[in-house]
Amino acid sequence: MAHLRKPVEEMQFILATDVGSTTTKARFFHKRDGEWRFWVAGEAPTTVEAPYEDVTMGVQNAVREVEELTGHRLLSKEGAGMIIPYDGEKGVDLYCTTSSAGGGLQMMVAGLIKTMTAESANRAALGAGAIVMDVISRDDGRQPYQKIQRIRSLRPDMILLAGGTDGGAGQHVMEIAELIKAAEPKARLGASYELPIVYAGNKNLRPQIQELLHDGIALTMVDNIRPVLEQENTEPARRAVHELFMEHVMSHAPGYTKLMKWTDVPIMPTPAGEGMAMQLIASSFKMNVIGVGLGGATTNVYSVIDGRFVRSVSANLGMSYSVTNVMKEAGIRNIMRWIPFKLDEEEVASRLMNKMIRPTTIPQTLEDLIVEHSVAREALRLGLQHHRTIATRLKGVQVQRTIADMFDQAVEDSYVKMAVIDIIAGTGGLLSHAPRRVQPMFIVSDAWLPEGVTRMFQDSVFMMPHLGVLSTVYRDAAWNIFDKDCLVRIGTSIAASGLGKEGEHVMKVELTMPDGQTVAEDLNYGEVKLIEFHEASEAKAKIDPSKSFDVGAGPGKSVEKTVMGGVAGIMLDARGRPLQLPEDDSARRDTLVKWYTALKLYPEDAFKELV
Amino acid sequence: MPKKTKETSEEAHAYTPGLKVKRSMTVDKLRRLPIQGQVFVKVNDPVEWNTVIARTQISGEPEIIKVASLLGVEAEDIPPFMLKKVGDKVAKGENLAFYSALFGLIKKSVPSTIEGTVESISEITGQVIVRGAPVPVDIDSYIPGKVKEVMPREGAVIQTNAAFIQGIFGIGGETHGKIYVTVETPEDELTPEKLNSDCKGEVIVGGSRVTFEALKKAVEVGVSAIVVGGIRHQDLTEFTHEEIGVAITGQEEVGLTLIITEGFGKMAMSYNTFNLLKSFEGYNACVNGATQIRAGVLRPEIIIPHPGTEEITKDKLSSGMIPGTPIRIIRQPYFGAIGIVHRLPVELQILESESAVRVVEIKLGNGEVVTVPRANVEIIEE
Repeated sequence: MAHLRKPVEEMQFILATDVGSTTTKARFFHKRDGEWRFWVAGEAPTTVEAPYEDVTMGVQNAVREVEELTGHRLLSKEGAGMIIPYDGEKGVDLYCTTSSAGGGLQMMVAGLIKTMTAESANRAALGAGAIVMDVISRDDGRQPYQKIQRIRSLRPDMILLAGGTDGGAGQHVMEIAELIKAAEPKARLGASYELPIVYAGNKNLRPQIQELLHDGIALTMVDNIRPVLEQENTEPARRAVHELFMEHVMSHAPGYTKLMKWTDVPIMPTPAGEGMAMQLIASSFKMNVIGVGLGGATTNVYSVIDGRFVRSVSANLGMSYSVTNVMKEAGIRNIMRWIPFKLDEEEVASRLMNKMIRPTTIPQTLEDLIVEHSVAREALRLGLQHHRTIATRLKGVQVQRTIADMFDQAVEDSYVKMAVIDIIAGTGGLLSHAPRRVQPMFIVSDAWLPEGVTRMFQDSVFMMPHLGVLSTVYRDAAWNIFDKDCLVRIGTSIAASGLGKEGEHVMKVELTMPDGQTVAEDLNYGEVKLIEFHEASEAKAKIDPSKSFDVGAGPGKSVEKTVMGGVAGIMLDARGRPLQLPEDDSARRDTLVKWYTALKLYPEDAFKELV
Repeated sequence: MPKKTKETSEEAHAYTPGLKVKRSMTVDKLRRLPIQGQVFVKVNDPVEWNTVIARTQISGEPEIIKVASLLGVEAEDIPPFMLKKVGDKVAKGENLAFYSALFGLIKKSVPSTIEGTVESISEITGQVIVRGAPVPVDIDSYIPGKVKEVMPREGAVIQTNAAFIQGIFGIGGETHGKIYVTVETPEDELTPEKLNSDCKGEVIVGGSRVTFEALKKAVEVGVSAIVVGGIRHQDLTEFTHEEIGVAITGQEEVGLTLIITEGFGKMAMSYNTFNLLKSFEGYNACVNGATQIRAGVLRPEIIIPHPGTEEITKDKLSSGMIPGTPIRIIRQPYFGAIGIVHRLPVELQILESESAVRVVEIKLGNGEVVTVPRANVEIIEE
């Protein structure tokens, strides 16, 4: 429960931190002329690991940086956290934090059928901010002994068990429960504490589940995740997971017991904070959003499409701890394809291995930055690929197909199509700290290939999780800071899908600016252009694609839309979809140099020297 | 506008833990059972590296047997057909349940697929769980020394005086052997011709890099462990037969334990580390390649127990960088360079990559002063 020391309307200073797997980030907010704004940021390496093993040290270091930069004292002298409340000279009125350090929340989920209750349980766990280590189901292709071995080898923080519809047959659900019981799962942190299991299955089986899973297990029962096949009800399970996260998991992580006493609001998993921020964007703009938190250890992808919120987490795709796993999963060649200069494959592999073993280092040279940007494209690409396996239609529900669907086989598993996405939003160290704002715009475009007209947003200095947790107690302040200081409007991407030949005409774009002036651009296949339109205002766009290209209304059909300006501008992308890079290495490098130069992606002189 | 407090600039601390390279220190090793069991030692007992200090039994593998479906009866009907009850021992092949109908014309039996104990009989699922015999697990002391502390039923802390060197990355688990330096300088590569049958059971110290061929030869001659500055990514992948994704290692069974002290690629071992290892040539070392760079950092280690006639440096937490602190640069363009902190400007500075970050000015050995991000250095803990 939140415990505020002052009514929110009387607050003047708020401090929020995020204890990430690599870095602890402090963000300091204050009320200026009656309006809540972001003031300054402080960062320090996270100290969850040995030799420190106390997260509060990293928090204090990050907050100390805020103190140095502002001259405003925040830390109590006794090392007992923050000075709360603000006394007219020092301190803050509210302190809150999110956390993903120490591996975040690691869960195992189980359900009856892989594509039905197990999939729903997976979505609920992910929505709660968890990393799902494995999904066990009756039909997952493994023999019972293999599942048992797997459960025994995992040491999850928590298990979510679903299965069956209310009132349906219970025998198979009990089989899964018996399997878990037989495996005697142990909790990851603290050998002596009871492993929390959340049961969100057929409610008629509760007495039997209680009877079976009582010894050495902290069992919580919540409403069924699939009370009937046609309905998914993840909220009760998600809420229970959050509560147990605080009660059982965080209290066993190094230093968290102390940190929990410092905060006025319960500690929230970082991805849950990020997810709240993404939903805030979708509800405020009333548009379909896909967002990403590209972190050091994990990549979280969020989609809000037609009001449905889904989060996926790729536990081993990230830019520091997991950087070599991106190389492993994507293949070094796929990373190399984005590098516009000659570099030995072994050199790139060794650099990434060195980043993995020293995860807090940052690129100092342009060459190093470009290598990291290349990895980021692949982490994002794989992250979205994974997200699409989670963001699917409910299985087991009859879907009405039209004749056209049958011809197209159009009822695909995932409903996440770039053509229906209106907004792409990014956060995470690499994206938020990119030296030029056009860099995250282009990196995300290369990885996700937006189609038609898509607005691009960016977390300014990585504070979406902070504002997400703040919004739980003070929504107005959170939204004001979010709108004014966090959500950077990078610009708009106008991209045509379809394939063509080099030089073939793709589209004509005519922009009518707010002052009435028009800008017209003709784009041929393979070209990408950036129109500087920095104002936070909107222009009218008329896009005429050639007959084999589609900008949202169908092949060859014109589209008229309002487009948003931003710090980078409006990117016109006629490279086609899917994106194709020349196979010849020299031609590939030339193509990349052409694109990167056209967008002024990197400092001109240093880039020329490199290529 | 943010106000900068100039007076703090020279005292600005950066928390960048370095790897330990210590000639003499008190090493405490926690040896803990995976689950509770029996501890055989008491405080102040002397131990050798292979002394078994604790033992436990891990519960055996469970086997789920679908008795109801094998008998062809409903789940709730199985009790009368069970020949064994919960807690009974059962041999492999021995019948758990038996069903007879039509005056014995139809007979069905369900034998146990493993030897073990009946753990549960479910009338809801019709399943019987038989648990196999418990598996004994022993924990040895890993390092020679004396027992400092006993955690009843869990394990003990073993203490010794030793030289202690942390590597940056390793593979393979705990092992032992005498230190044998096969190269002249830290820049030399460890190649197959530097290894022979004399290296059997030894902890081999190389220089800047170990080649794939040398690793193969080392396994052939029975080397216990290799400690070297660097390794090429490709060589490691070929040697382990798999690409390392996330750095959680120690379980590999590749025939030896490998520790790299600097990083990937060809990287001369730091003089400190090399000279320290050389000065202990012929000493017994306890080596562990287990590395975990996530959720509880674990670095590989070389522990060389010795009587400790020198002054013991206390193992204390680094208080951070201040001018004069010895440090190593851990990223391009000065990767591997060693120097001392010259200045810690508080203002953000723009790098070649155009990032604005806090930096540290470092005076290198040749007197040159270079500027690098604070995140790209580590403190040398001597």
